[in-house]
Amino acid sequence: MSFEVILRAGLATGTILIFASLGEILAERSGVMNLGVEGMMLIGAMAAFKVAFTTQNAWLGLLAGILAGGILSLAHGVVTIHFQADQTVSGLSLTFLGTGLALVLGEGLTGKNAAILPSLDIPLLSSIPWFGRIFFTDFNILVYLGYILVPLTWFYIHKTRPGMHLKAVGEKPSAADTLGINVYRLRYIYTFIGGCMAGLAGAAISIAISPGWYSSLTTSGQGWIAIALVIFAHWNPFPAALGGYFFGMLRRFTLDLQGPMTFLGMRNPFFYDHNLVFFLQMTPFILTIIALVWGSSTARRKRRGAPAALGVPYIRGERGL
Amino acid sequence: MKLPFRIQLTRRTEEIPKWMPLATSVGAVVAAFIISGIVLWSIGGDPIRVFGFFFRASFGSWGAFSDIIVKATPLILIGLGCSLAFRMNMINIGAEGQFYMGAFFASLVVLVPLVPMDSPRVLVLSLMGVMGILGGAVYGFIPGFLKAKFNVNEVITTLMLNYVAVFWNNYWIFGKYSDAGFQMTPTFEKVAWLPRLADLAKQYPVFSGITLHLGVVFGLVAAVVLWLILKYSRWGYEINLIGDNPKAAEYAGINIARNMILVMMVSGALAGLAGMSEITGVVHRLQERISTNYGFSGVIVAWLAKLNPFVVILVSILFGALIVAGREIQPSGLSFMIQGTILFLVISSDVLLRYRISIVKRQEEIA
Repeated sequence: MSFEVILRAGLATGTILIFASLGEILAERSGVMNLGVEGMMLIGAMAAFKVAFTTQNAWLGLLAGILAGGILSLAHGVVTIHFQADQTVSGLSLTFLGTGLALVLGEGLTGKNAAILPSLDIPLLSSIPWFGRIFFTDFNILVYLGYILVPLTWFYIHKTRPGMHLKAVGEKPSAADTLGINVYRLRYIYTFIGGCMAGLAGAAISIAISPGWYSSLTTSGQGWIAIALVIFAHWNPFPAALGGYFFGMLRRFTLDLQGPMTFLGMRNPFFYDHNLVFFLQMTPFILTIIALVWGSSTARRKRRGAPAALGVPYIRGERGL
Repeated sequence: MKLPFRIQLTRRTEEIPKWMPLATSVGAVVAAFIISGIVLWSIGGDPIRVFGFFFRASFGSWGAFSDIIVKATPLILIGLGCSLAFRMNMINIGAEGQFYMGAFFASLVVLVPLVPMDSPRVLVLSLMGVMGILGGAVYGFIPGFLKAKFNVNEVITTLMLNYVAVFWNNYWIFGKYSDAGFQMTPTFEKVAWLPRLADLAKQYPVFSGITLHLGVVFGLVAAVVLWLILKYSRWGYEINLIGDNPKAAEYAGINIARNMILVMMVSGALAGLAGMSEITGVVHRLQERISTNYGFSGVIVAWLAKLNPFVVILVSILFGALIVAGREIQPSGLSFMIQGTILFLVISSDVLLRYRISIVKRQEEIA
C-alpha cells in the first residue's frame, strides 16, 4: 500500500464523480434539481459500452454514452419544467427508469470486451519530477478532461455572461425573465448538459477508467455520492472536485487496507478478520452523510448555498420567485 | 423555429372529476406496459409472448396467486410507510435499509437468543415483531433527525443508509451468525415461523403448498390503522396540514421538527415490520438479498396509490405480480423498467389533474 498508488487511483476514479457533479452543479444552478444522476450514469455507461462493443470504436461509444444521459434528462426536463411536477420524485423515478432501461438494453453485455478510450502521457508536463509522474502520466484521456473541465466550469459560472444568466435563472427567474432571458429554454439546456455530463461519467466507467458492464453494479451508488458532493461543495466546482478525488482515494484505500498484516505499526484488524471489511465498504456512504450534514449546516450558518429557486418550478405570470 | 400552434396549460379552478385520478393511474400503468413492450420489441423480444407469460406466471393458479400476495405483503407495509412520509413531503427511499434493520433486529431474538427457544410461539413471534418495529424505527430516526435538525436532504441520507444496512447485515451473516461458513444464519426454530395456510393442509387439503402467511394480516391491519389515524386523529390532521401548507402549520403551533422525526420513525417501523414478516414468514433465516428492491417498489406503490392506504393494498398486489413474474422472465431488468416507467408516467400525468390542456393556434393569438 503506497500513497502514490492511492493518490493516482483516486485521481482516476474521482474523475467519474467529478463529471457527474459538475453536470449537476450546472443543472441545479439553473434551478433544476435532478436526482436521476444514478440512472443517467447507468444508461450512459450501458450505451457507451454497447456502442463501443458493437462498433469497436471507443469514441462513438463515448458519444453514445453522453447522448444517452442527455436524452434521458430531457424526460426530467419536460416533466419538471413544463409539467411542474415535483423535482425530487421525478428525479427519483428517472433513476428507476434509467436503471431499468439500462438493465434491459444491456442484457448479455456482461463479460464482453469493448473498445476502450486510450491512456496517454501529457508531453512536457509529464517530465516534471514527481508531480508529472503522479498527475500527467499514463492516465486515461478522460482524467485529463476532468482536470480541464473543473476550472472551465468555474470560469463559465462566475466570469462569463452566459454564466451570469445561468445564476440569475436559478436565483430569481422572474427577474431574469423581465430582462429577456428565456427561463424555460435555459433550464432545458442546463438539464440536458447535466444529463450529458452524467452520461459522460457513466461512459468514463464503462469504456475508460474501470472498463466493463456489470449491470447495476457498474455505478453502485456513485450517482448519489455525486449529488451529495454538489451540496457539500455549495454548488462550486473546485470543492466538488476535491471531494470527488477524495472519495476516489478513499475507495482505493479501503481496498488496499485489506492487504498488509500491519498498518501504521499496528496489527491490521482487516487482515485478520476479513468480515470487518464490510465496515470499510460502509465508509464512503457514511462519509457522504457526514459531508452532507457538514455542508448543510455550514450553508445555513453562512447563509450561503442552494440557488434560491432550486426545486421551484417557474410559472410565467404567477407570483413566486 | 415556431410551430403553427402551441400547447397551453391553464390551471384548473374547478373540482377535479372523481374518476380522473383513478383514470390517470390506470392509464399510466397501461401506457407503461405498452412502452416497455416497444422497448422489448426494439431489442428483438416478443412482447406479446413475454406479457402472456407474465400473466400466467402470476395469476395462472392459486399457488401463483398466493405467491403474489406473499410478495405483496412487504410492499403493503413499506408502501404504507412511504405514503405516510410523503404526506408530509418527506421522501423516504430508505425502506430497503429499514427493512434489513428490522429483519436483523427481529433475528436477534432467535440468534442471541433473547428468549429461550422453548417459549410459546406467540411470545417469540410478538417479541420478534416488536424488535423488527424497533429496528426499523431506529433506522428511520437517523434521516428524520438529520432533516429536522440540520436540514439534510432525506432522499440522499436514506439512500446512503440502505447501503450501510446491507453491509451491516453481511457482517453478521458472514461472520458471527453464519451457518457453517455459508452466507446465511441457520434456519430458525419452528417457534419463530409465522403460521402459514399450508400448516392447515392436514385439515383442509386445499391449502397444501399454499405459502400465504400471517404477515399479510399485519399489512391489512396497518392499512386500517393508518387510515383511521389520518382521518380521525389529531396527529393525522397535523401531518396533512404540514404536508399541504407548512407555513400555516407553523403558525398553528405545530412542532414540525418533531413530526418529521416521528413520521420517519413510523415509516421506518412499518418497513422494519415488513423485514420481520419476510424472515419469519418466507425465508425463516437471515440471509443476503432478502429484499428484491422492496424499498424502491414501495415508493412507487405509494405514489401510484395516491397515498391512499387501501389503494396501497391493491397496487401492492399488482407489483407483487410484477415481482413474481419478473423472477422467471428474461431480460431480468424488465420488471424494474416497467416499475420505473409507471412511476414516471404517474407523476407526469399529474399535470392532467392540475391543468387543462388546450392547443392554441398561433394566428388566433396575434389577431
